[in-house]
Amino acid sequence: MNLLFIAWRNFRYRALSSFLTTLSLMLGVGLVVIVMSIYGIISEAFVRNAAVGYNLVVGPRGSALQLTLNSVYYLSQPIENLPYTEYMEFFPADERARMVSEYGGDPTLGERDGVYAGFVGEGYAIPLALGDYFGEFRVVGTTPEFFEKLRHGPDLDQRFDFQEGRALETFTPENQYFECVLGSRVAAQMGLAVGDTMNPTHGDPEGKGHGQGFAVVGVLAPTGTPNDRAVFVNLEGFYLLEGHAKPLEEDAVIVLPDRDPDDTRPPLLMIPEREVTSILVRNGNVMHAPGMQNRINESGRAQAAAPIGEINKLMSMIVGPLLSALLVITLITCVVAAFGVLVAIYNSMNDRRRDIAVMRALGARRGSVTWVILFESLIIAIIGGAAGWLLAHVAIYSAGTFIEQQTGVQVGLFSVSEFEWLLLPFVIVLSLLAGIVPAMAAYRTDVGSNLSA
Amino acid sequence: MLTIANLIKKFQQPGGGELTVLDVPQFEIANAEQVALIGESGGGKTTLLHLIAGMLSATSGSIRVDNIELTRLSEQGRDRFRASAIGYVFQTFNLLPAFSAIENVKLGMTFGSGRVDPARAMDLLDRVGLADRAHYRPKQLSVGQQQRVAIARALAGRPKLLLADEPTANVDPASADSVLDLIIDSCRNESIALLMVTHSMEVAGRFSRIERLEDINRIPALKQV
Repeated sequence: MNLLFIAWRNFRYRALSSFLTTLSLMLGVGLVVIVMSIYGIISEAFVRNAAVGYNLVVGPRGSALQLTLNSVYYLSQPIENLPYTEYMEFFPADERARMVSEYGGDPTLGERDGVYAGFVGEGYAIPLALGDYFGEFRVVGTTPEFFEKLRHGPDLDQRFDFQEGRALETFTPENQYFECVLGSRVAAQMGLAVGDTMNPTHGDPEGKGHGQGFAVVGVLAPTGTPNDRAVFVNLEGFYLLEGHAKPLEEDAVIVLPDRDPDDTRPPLLMIPEREVTSILVRNGNVMHAPGMQNRINESGRAQAAAPIGEINKLMSMIVGPLLSALLVITLITCVVAAFGVLVAIYNSMNDRRRDIAVMRALGARRGSVTWVILFESLIIAIIGGAAGWLLAHVAIYSAGTFIEQQTGVQVGLFSVSEFEWLLLPFVIVLSLLAGIVPAMAAYRTDVGSNLSA
Repeated sequence: MLTIANLIKKFQQPGGGELTVLDVPQFEIANAEQVALIGESGGGKTTLLHLIAGMLSATSGSIRVDNIELTRLSEQGRDRFRASAIGYVFQTFNLLPAFSAIENVKLGMTFGSGRVDPARAMDLLDRVGLADRAHYRPKQLSVGQQQRVAIARALAGRPKLLLADEPTANVDPASADSVLDLIIDSCRNESIALLMVTHSMEVAGRFSRIERLEDINRIPALKQV
């Protein structure tokens, strides 16, 4: 019969007190594990969402973080807009000439390669135009390339799948320029499906309606990215909405587009009338990214931000400290629970002084009865810690589907966050520390006076 | 087996100063001898037992048990010695409530050599007539049965000296006889010296040697408050 067994018997004998003490520790540990897991999930979700295949976001000069938030996460307000000619700088001369020819504008734009075209190479540059809403959701004007070129998933190898319909097209006879694709959450929350019409509002969720609807041609399958809560409209249709054309400057050089006289399509905005909010860029050779980023930032007209870098800054400057504060609070909960262990065992010392004296009379040394009390703390720590850990993981696992829908992060039953392995030793040390006070009381128990009753 | 010489025990008084409780010039018990010690309440009988068991340290004098001088041992040494050589039966049994009858008996072995002999524990329970209640908790046993378990526990470590502090005081008269028989017979069978403190002349009458504390302690009981 060893000291651990004796401690276990004592633990079981005071079943209610032991249960309640262990329960408080279990809840404390569970809370810490949940906070740690949320920390891990949020970090992973932020980083994962920042990586959708492109490596730079280009937008107007200002806050790089704000640019990232509004272009990658569809949060915050756009800073300003860039002239369309800035977007054209990512293309070679022939493509620029095609744009001038199709939309109309200064023909000299098509006579040279774009400043950044060499950096992009086989990569891509996809324009985004923001500013409209559909309910609470952001409307994103873009091109069909958005769905063709971008990838998502942990390995950035998954194309956008459609749970219904198809990707938008620049022009179709039935919908003309007014096609849209809904993110999965938008479709679910707003109750729209393929064939319905989406009517955006201008400027903010309560803004004035444009009076022009977009035909829903596709609904994205859930991606676990911010794209689930966005509405993607054809950029050309977006430009044609009331109030979206930039007023022409007096000195604008414009050559009208080449149009077939029989073409019944509505005329598109000319290049000087066009603006983009941001441009998602992937370099064909990522080694060119830093050079291009420097070039853009030195241009004085625009800025280029690396989304992952901005998000890491956000995590380390704001989200990280907030979560750390939350973690500290929950760790304090653990300390309070450990203090409960101290109080529970110490309170029971009055009842067990006689038992300790009897053990001493049977030959137990002071050290032995001290260890019995410490082992009792240890038992509470191990059971409370393990049960709390398990409970938290079952809770997180139970919410796994919801977490995956919201963040795209998959959580397994035993997905362990970074510092979780340290938690049980921490709780054990804490409980042993809490056990020291009653253990010292046991150490000092006088045999004679406690047996003479 | 037990030799006490010039034993003095003083306690510190709360208001300062010392109170002498025991002053025993000479007291001996031979191997396997059985002695009843009678005396008034507050005379220091229990204190004497605690000193012999090494649960208290003497102020001065000598206590030799089985040729070991207890007064020269550290507290840890006395704990070790008590676990291996002394059995103790309390007036109030003092079974540990969290443990079953057999576990209480095993506790009597745990702190000595550290080697627990389950067969001997069960044999001892059998000898006190409680083999069928080995897994009962103390509160599930009658008062007499609890004292029997306490006796089995006191014998578990194969002591050389058994100290019994009024072991029949809290049991009914019918059980008292069997408890007394059990202690006396067990000590005789295992050649264990026995020192039993009692108020009862009837109990003391079972012993061939009866000592009055007043005869061996120079401090009168009335002076002890």
